[in-house]
Amino acid sequence: MYYVTQILNGLGSGSIYALVALGYSMVYGVVKLINFAHGDIIMVGGYTIFVLLGMNAPLWLAVAGSIGFCAVAGVVIERVAYHRLLNNDAPRIALLITAIGVSIFLQNLAQLIFGTNQKPIPKMFTLPAIRVGGMNVSNTLLNIVVALLMMAGLQLLVNTTKIGKAMRATSEDAGAATLMGINTNSVILFTFAVGSALAAVGAVLYSNTYMQIKPMMGGMLGLKAFVAAVFGGIGSIPGAMLGALILGLAESLSVVLGQSAWMDAVVFALLILILLFKPAGLLGQHMKEKV
Amino acid sequence: MTRGSSRLIWGVTRLKKKMLEVSDLQVYYGAIHAIKGVRFEVDEGEIVTLIGANGAGKTTILHAVSGLVRPRSGGITFCGQDLLATKPHQITGLGLAQVPEGRRVFSRMTVKENLEMGAYARKDSIGIKEDYDRVLTILPRLKERRRQLAGTLSGGEQQMLSMGRALMAQPKMLLLDEPSMGLSPLLVQEIFRTIREINAGGVTILLVEQNAKMALELASRAYVLETGKVAMQGAAKELADNEEVKKAYLGG
Ligand SMILES: Nc1ncnc2c1ncn2[C@@H]1O[C@H](COP(=O)(O)OP(=O)(O)OP(=O)(O)O)[C@@H](O)[C@H]1O
Ligand SMILES: [Mg+2]
Repeated sequence: MYYVTQILNGLGSGSIYALVALGYSMVYGVVKLINFAHGDIIMVGGYTIFVLLGMNAPLWLAVAGSIGFCAVAGVVIERVAYHRLLNNDAPRIALLITAIGVSIFLQNLAQLIFGTNQKPIPKMFTLPAIRVGGMNVSNTLLNIVVALLMMAGLQLLVNTTKIGKAMRATSEDAGAATLMGINTNSVILFTFAVGSALAAVGAVLYSNTYMQIKPMMGGMLGLKAFVAAVFGGIGSIPGAMLGALILGLAESLSVVLGQSAWMDAVVFALLILILLFKPAGLLGQHMKEKV
Repeated sequence: MTRGSSRLIWGVTRLKKKMLEVSDLQVYYGAIHAIKGVRFEVDEGEIVTLIGANGAGKTTILHAVSGLVRPRSGGITFCGQDLLATKPHQITGLGLAQVPEGRRVFSRMTVKENLEMGAYARKDSIGIKEDYDRVLTILPRLKERRRQLAGTLSGGEQQMLSMGRALMAQPKMLLLDEPSMGLSPLLVQEIFRTIREINAGGVTILLVEQNAKMALELASRAYVLETGKVAMQGAAKELADNEEVKKAYLGG
């Protein structure tokens, strides 16, 4: 039973990574930008919930407000920080440095407004207890179900809707997409909005699971989500999900083996291994370089 | 060299209408001066070809017309609309579609999805369905492959798909950039036959080619581009007989 709960724990935290990894992967897929600030969006989402609940807003409003605010934040970040670089075909390294800059900016802004200490989040969802081996796993199950639903929704969006197809076309060849009449600038903004909204859903689950937030919470979490996205095959939606779940499982495995101090080392060793043997990731496609 | 100036419509001789007009076009890539004051025009219903060696600037001109590169100066109008004042993604909706160099089909989408992307700017779902069927009639090779990923098609099939995709935009005018590139002689024949058929269906054609012989046979008028400038222009037949053109582009 101990192992079952540990596996569930791993999948539960993996689900939160997954929601961040999906956004990483989407943005990378469409604009080939590793948006290192994306992890910090989960922090922005967390503080939005904290503020709204602190103002006695009903729970649904805190959740919706957080998702909406993060979507807008994602759009603003694209407009202010990346737009000109992307439109002028700036070198990838310039984009990467800008993304790290945005990340540091968001972390410092949160410290400035809310202080460096962690803030408690009141109990959010009261779920009926589901016990496995004496442990209540209902929150963990909630995380897994929500992440799977979000992934399925995103798959549906990308594969069946008009804007989703425009995203795929832009991702493959932005010039050809323009020739089709696709406004690639709007597609990119939409991608940032959806990715950030998913991170906000991650923030909701995070707040509900750990019941506290802090300005730097997005740093390591974002890094792990990035690892998960690369691991699963960056640009692939099911890949991001799979990578994140495996990562969560690997973490709980190191706990089971009594090596929790090695947890982060395990994560990054995993990344290095996969990149050595399968550079495109588990479900990634080899990108054909365009001439 | 002269230009034909009239054509017969319902028994009435009418002056040709200008469809695309490019004037004093100047395009730079950073410090590289790629297009140095090019001027040309295409009339409604015509097939015009733009020939020239590698790097002459043919693709750059088509990119400028479709809004993929921004010229430093000059004018581009299509059916009286100023294309330089039009957002790039809105140009297709005006009835100007391009079949780009190297096909550029969406390789991870199916043939059907690629054709649907061609109609992205359109709202008339009934008309789109009709055009979808019509495109599969003009390009029958695509029909049995419509559920296949475009990336798995042969080069010739991808070229057909790229043309079909552009036709899905219901264009008044089609820009084709080296549609014969890398294809077998037989397939080139088929592509050129299809272009003639599309033109007979009322679509004006601007054809960029390195295969000057076939392009000059198909087109009514031609422009010869050399290092960013129009070196010669005139009726395609006359250019095909021109000694200089023969030597430089027709292999003697
Ligand atoms: N993105 C770019 N950046 C810099 N220079 C470019 C770029 N694209 C084209 N050029 C240069 O502009 C000139 C014209 O190129 P263009 O592609 O228009 O020629 P082309 O006539 O289409 O050649 P080809 O027959 O080989 O397709 C060339 O000298 C080329 O090197
Ligand atoms: Mg070219």
